[in-house]
Order: sequence, then C-alpha cells, then structure tokens
Amino acid sequence: MLGYAGRVLHVNLDTGKTRIERLSEDYAKKYIGGIGLGMRLWLDNTQAGVDPLSPENTLVLTTGPISGTMFPTAGNGHAFVAKSPETFGIGEAVAHGTFGAEMKRAGYDAVILHGKSEKPVYLWIDDDSVQLLDAAHLMGKSPSETEEAIKEELGDYYIRVASIGLAGEKLSRIACIINEKTRAAGRTGLGAVMGSKNLKAIAVRGTRDIVPAKPDEFMDMVKEFHERMKGPATQKYRTLGTPENVLVHNALHCMPTRNYNNAHFEEADKVSGEVLNEKFVAKIIGCSSCAMRCEHEVVVPEGPYKGTMTRMEYETLWALGPYCGIGRLDTVIKGMELCNYYGMDAISAGVVAGFAMDCYENGLLSRQDFDGLEAQFGSSEALLLILEKMGKREGIGDILTEGVRIAGQKIGKGAEKLAQHIKGLEVTGYDLRCLKTAALGFAVSFRGADHNRHGAYAFDVKGKVDRLKAEKGRGKMVRDLEDVYALIDSFIVCKFSRGTYYKELEDMAKLYNLVTGIEMSAEELKRSGERINTIGRLINIREGFSRKDDTLPWKVMNMPIPDEGPVKGAFVSQEELDLLLDDYYESRGWNVEGVPTVEKLNALGMEDLIGIVEAKKEA
Amino acid sequence: MVKIHERKFVSADPDKCVGCQICEYACSWTKEKAFNPIKSRIRVVRVNQLANMAVTCRLCEEPACVAACPRDALTQSEETGAIMIDADKCNGCGWCIEACDYGAIMLHPENKTVYVCDLCKEQGEPQCVKWCPEEALTLVTSDVLAQKARIGAVKKLFQEAKATK
Repeated sequence: MLGYAGRVLHVNLDTGKTRIERLSEDYAKKYIGGIGLGMRLWLDNTQAGVDPLSPENTLVLTTGPISGTMFPTAGNGHAFVAKSPETFGIGEAVAHGTFGAEMKRAGYDAVILHGKSEKPVYLWIDDDSVQLLDAAHLMGKSPSETEEAIKEELGDYYIRVASIGLAGEKLSRIACIINEKTRAAGRTGLGAVMGSKNLKAIAVRGTRDIVPAKPDEFMDMVKEFHERMKGPATQKYRTLGTPENVLVHNALHCMPTRNYNNAHFEEADKVSGEVLNEKFVAKIIGCSSCAMRCEHEVVVPEGPYKGTMTRMEYETLWALGPYCGIGRLDTVIKGMELCNYYGMDAISAGVVAGFAMDCYENGLLSRQDFDGLEAQFGSSEALLLILEKMGKREGIGDILTEGVRIAGQKIGKGAEKLAQHIKGLEVTGYDLRCLKTAALGFAVSFRGADHNRHGAYAFDVKGKVDRLKAEKGRGKMVRDLEDVYALIDSFIVCKFSRGTYYKELEDMAKLYNLVTGIEMSAEELKRSGERINTIGRLINIREGFSRKDDTLPWKVMNMPIPDEGPVKGAFVSQEELDLLLDDYYESRGWNVEGVPTVEKLNALGMEDLIGIVEAKKEA
Repeated sequence: MVKIHERKFVSADPDKCVGCQICEYACSWTKEKAFNPIKSRIRVVRVNQLANMAVTCRLCEEPACVAACPRDALTQSEETGAIMIDADKCNGCGWCIEACDYGAIMLHPENKTVYVCDLCKEQGEPQCVKWCPEEALTLVTSDVLAQKARIGAVKKLFQEAKATK
C-alpha cells in the first residue's frame, strides 16, 4: 500500500493527546483519499445531529494517495471535511499548493481533530512529533501573517501552514482555511469549524521519502503527462486563465449579475479576463509538482488600491464584480485581497455583498447599516465596506457573515427570497435559469450550490445539449460527471488537469495502481466515485436532508431572465426540477425521495451504512 | 583549470521560474530514488508569489566551501568546476554550508555528510534542466548569461527609443 502513508492521526484538542490509527486497505480502496476518505472518517468519528460549531463536530484533514509524488498536479492537494456551518450537511473543500505534499511526507493520510482547545493554539506536526502550541499572539492575524510568524518562531522557512483569519476566529460561516497566502479550502465555511475549536493554524514539516510502487512505469507516465500538459487540454489555464469565462458566459447570458437580477452584465468588457491579463497579471505561478501553472497573480498598478497583490480566478472575480454590479477590476482585486486577509470564501463573500446591495435597493437595509453609504449595486465603496464589516463581524457584517440564508432569515421581510443559495451555500458564477443540466447538478450537490461537484455546466455552455430544456437523460450525464469529480477530489488531482486524462478513469486507475501497487480497474474506480457521492448523500440524510433540499435558489425558479437576448424569459419550473430529480435519482438507483436503496448500498459494498437509510424509513 | 567563463552551471531565470518544485523532485529522484525535496541538490525559493527562483551550486571560482572545509573533503573538479565531496572525509561539521553564500550545499538527513549539485555527471546532463516545464533552467556559462543580459538590455533600450519617437 505505497502512496498512502498508512496512518491516521487523531488529535484531541481538549487534552492535547494524540494517537495513531492504521489506515485499512479496505478504506483506501473504497474511499481513495481526499474528500472520499475524509467523509468516511468524519462519519465514523462524529455523532449525528451535532452543531457544526460545537466541539463534537470533528474536523478532518486528508491528503490523497498521489500526494507527495512528482505526478503533475496530483502531488500537492489536501482536503478538509466537517459538518458545514452553512449547510448543516456535509462540508468539504480542497486546496492545492505545497501543504498536502508536506503532510504526506510527515507520514499522514489524515488528521482528525476532536474537541476544542481551552485556549487559542496551533497544531505543529514535525514528522512524528505532534504538539499544540500557544497561538494567543497570532490571534487577529491574517493567514498570510500567521504563516510568516509561525515560520519565524519555529525557525524553519520550509514549514507549510494552513490557517484561518479573523473571520474564522469570529465563527463567520463563510470563513475558509488558507495555505500559502493565496490557496484556499474555500467553500462551506470550514474556517469557522476550525475557529470553533480554538485552532488558529496547522503547521507541518515532513521529511519522509515518497516512493511509488512501480517507479519506472510511474516515471514514464509522468513524462507522458508533462507532454499532455503542454497541449490544448490545459491551454486556457496557462493563458487567460479561468477569467476567460467572463466574456464567454456574458455572451451566452449565463452570468448572474446584480444578485441574479440579470444574466448579462453590460460592463463585462471592463472586468474581462482579457483586461485582467493585459493590465493586472504580473506573473503566473504553479503549485508543487504542477507542469502547467495556472495561478494568475495580479497587481494593481495605479489608483486608490495601487500595489494590491492577490491571486485572481473567474469565480471570485465574478462574485466580487458582476454579481455586485461592479465594473472595476481594481475594486475586485482589492476585494479579493480583503477576503484573503480576513480568511473568507471570496465566492460566498461576493454573493453575500450582492445580496446586501439587493436588500438595500429594496429598502430592507438602510444607509445607516452601511455607515451612511449608498449601498446600491455598482458601489465600490459599499463592497469594500461590507467585506470589512463581515471580516471583523462589525455592525451589519455580524449578520451578513452568517451567509445569505441565515442573513435573509434574520433581516426578514422577504429578504429570504433575495438570498441565492442551495442548502445554505451561496451560488457560483453560472446562471442556472438558462443552464438546465448545471441546474440539476447544483440542486443535487451534497455540499450545496457549487459547480465543482459535477462540472455539468460544460454540456450547456459548450452547446452539447439544449441548455434551456429539462429532459430525461440529464440525470445520467450529471451522475457520470459527479463520479469523476468526486474521484478528482479524492485522488487529489487538480480539476484544471482533468482534460489531460485522455482516457479519464482508465488513466486514473493506472495512476492509482502505479503509485499504490493496489490493483484497480476503471470499473472499480467508477464504483469508488459512485460510493463517494453516495456517502455524501448518506451523511446528509443522517443529518436530516431529503428531496426537498435538492432545490434551486428562489430567483432561479421565480424570476425569469429579463435581459433581451437569447435566453429571455428562461427559468426553472418546479415541474422541470422534479423531472430532472426523478431522472437523476433513478440513474443513481435511489428512491423517489433521493434515498439510496439497500440493494444499491449492498452493491457498492456499503452494507455497514444501511442503518442510515433504514432509520430514514422508520422516521 | 578551465577558465571561469567556460564552466557551465545550472541557472534559473526568475522571469520564467514559477516555483513548481519539479526540479527538486527530478533531482531527488535521480540521486536518491525518492521524492523528497530535502534530498534535492536544487531548492526552490518563493520570496512572495511574484518572486520565485530555484537555486543550486554556481561553481564559484575559488569556492568558499572548499576553502572552509577543515578536513579537505571538498575539492573542485578541474575539468568541470563541480564541487566534489569525499564522503569518507566529511564528518558533517557544516563549515562549507555556512561558507556558501547561496545555500547550495546541504546536509544529508540520513548519511550526515554534505551533498551538492554534481551536474548529474552519471546521467550526462542535469536532470532538473531536462524536466523543467517552463524552460527556466539552463546549463550555461556566466559568459553566456552576460551575453543574454546585454542583448536584453539593448533590446529594451531600442523598444523604449521606438516608443518615445
């Protein structure tokens, strides 16, 4: 069982005691690593119904079987899993950089954090030595500052750090966990879970050798993938990067604008990937072992935010830009820097800001809430003020930083309808009213509104289906992609490299075998992908979710696209959603309530979890 | 001894280096049959997201590391300029590590003797250069680096001249 470290580290934050558990080959093969293994370990170690911000919600950190090897993009990922304070179902988020590789070299496939420390601490993993160190002096620092301070005080500049900012400390439900300044385990609010444990950071140094099971064949495969990464499959990421989507989505009228009031942004050409690259991108860098590089570093060259430096991607650009009606890239970049500074998921933060502006325009929030500012769509000052207030949890920020669902409930008077989320997680940059395959993928995603659980938007955006039509067959399309995406996040390879796996599962099975030595066929791997999606679903069922939670944001179902153009009038009706859900559940072998059948669980070798669906039947 | 400008060493172009650490993996794999950056003869430094550069031995003239070794364990190859380490003589005292201005010499975590880039003598060419996906690494003489710098400076001058016309 090479590739795997074979060890799971348990850390009790109440007592500071640690213990090592062996990772079984059964779990390795069934759940792979990353989010798959993480969800299984979370389930095994956490009672049903826990408050996400209570000590009883364990926080699981995992690497993948390929982490620490030279395989391009696969060597560097890590994942966090816990019950999400946003969705109250399963939360997971993946990040890349160098942290995951270091964790593997320290000798761990997973770290399970139990309980809550009495005082603020950070976890210092130095190979076999594991300690909780005082973090009182780090409180209030940004993740970037925290990382620098820890390296300095431990006296080793190759230590890797994942930490939370002020938002996580203050239990903001949109808080993320950031490593290496710009890489975030962003979604589902896991930074708040870390904060609730009084855990400021995880610092790691690993010095073990990583050796693949079949070295010669492995190196041949690395060589082959280095070549593939120079080709067309990764070209977008190496050139304009994901911000290329701005003009693509805008032309298709599928870019949610001004909190879903529009699907098209008239100022898109000012915030396009083209302008970003021409005026702001200073350098494109890569994660450990990556042979393509995608990370666009931007610097504001002039104006009020001169000198601001951050990483920029489509989703965060969209959320802080068009979604708030903002057509200024310098503002967007400043906003992104603030999100990284306070440690907030910039997608959710932007969507919350758009929601707040919508509330203001509808008279649900007033100038007083924004220190006397006019907080209408398009106001740079308002955006930055909202982000500051959320990061510090001050004034209206105290409510907004709870995420749009809870903020909508607290503001009331119809604000709930302005809160665009699924299962409590804020939407991302795809207008689901005119992307109906994506709409299904978003509705059934176990972590809530997200494009990264399925990538089903590709069928719609690339014109492979009629994107305005809800029809049978979409269920299987979403299902198949979900299985691949679950594997990508469990291996953990980078989603931007998915195009280089020409034979998809066959290539991935080969990689798994060459690294671990464990026999694995494409069919078995497919079943693992299905199993990982099933366990996400099972956890949500255990936490009380049902078919009614597989739904879409209010505006997607009630406010047709108003913009003149190719998709005017488009929305998703309840009938269409029901048709899509029925088709999807059927393709998965689940009943009409979206609950996996006992036969299905048996077929997937998940007999030990049948109790969850039995309990649902009795309820 | 060869003249300094004829000596080739591995140089990283900071404009091209993206900090991916593939050179570290290629090196530790070649030398130690393991993926482990602390066993690599070339190390990547990321000062911030914009400043990335891999650093390895520069085959100095009159190398400080050789002079610093109290046990004469380090010598410089007359043929290539590479620093050669006699592992039998080295006791891991670390004088050479301290003497090197570039941090290019490191102590092996298991053998407890020092190691440094040998230009992949056995493989015939430095494997980090071969693997670098950004073509940021080159096996080059300082003379050629100077030529490139001159050409770059002149090109920039002429572009600026053109722009101000």
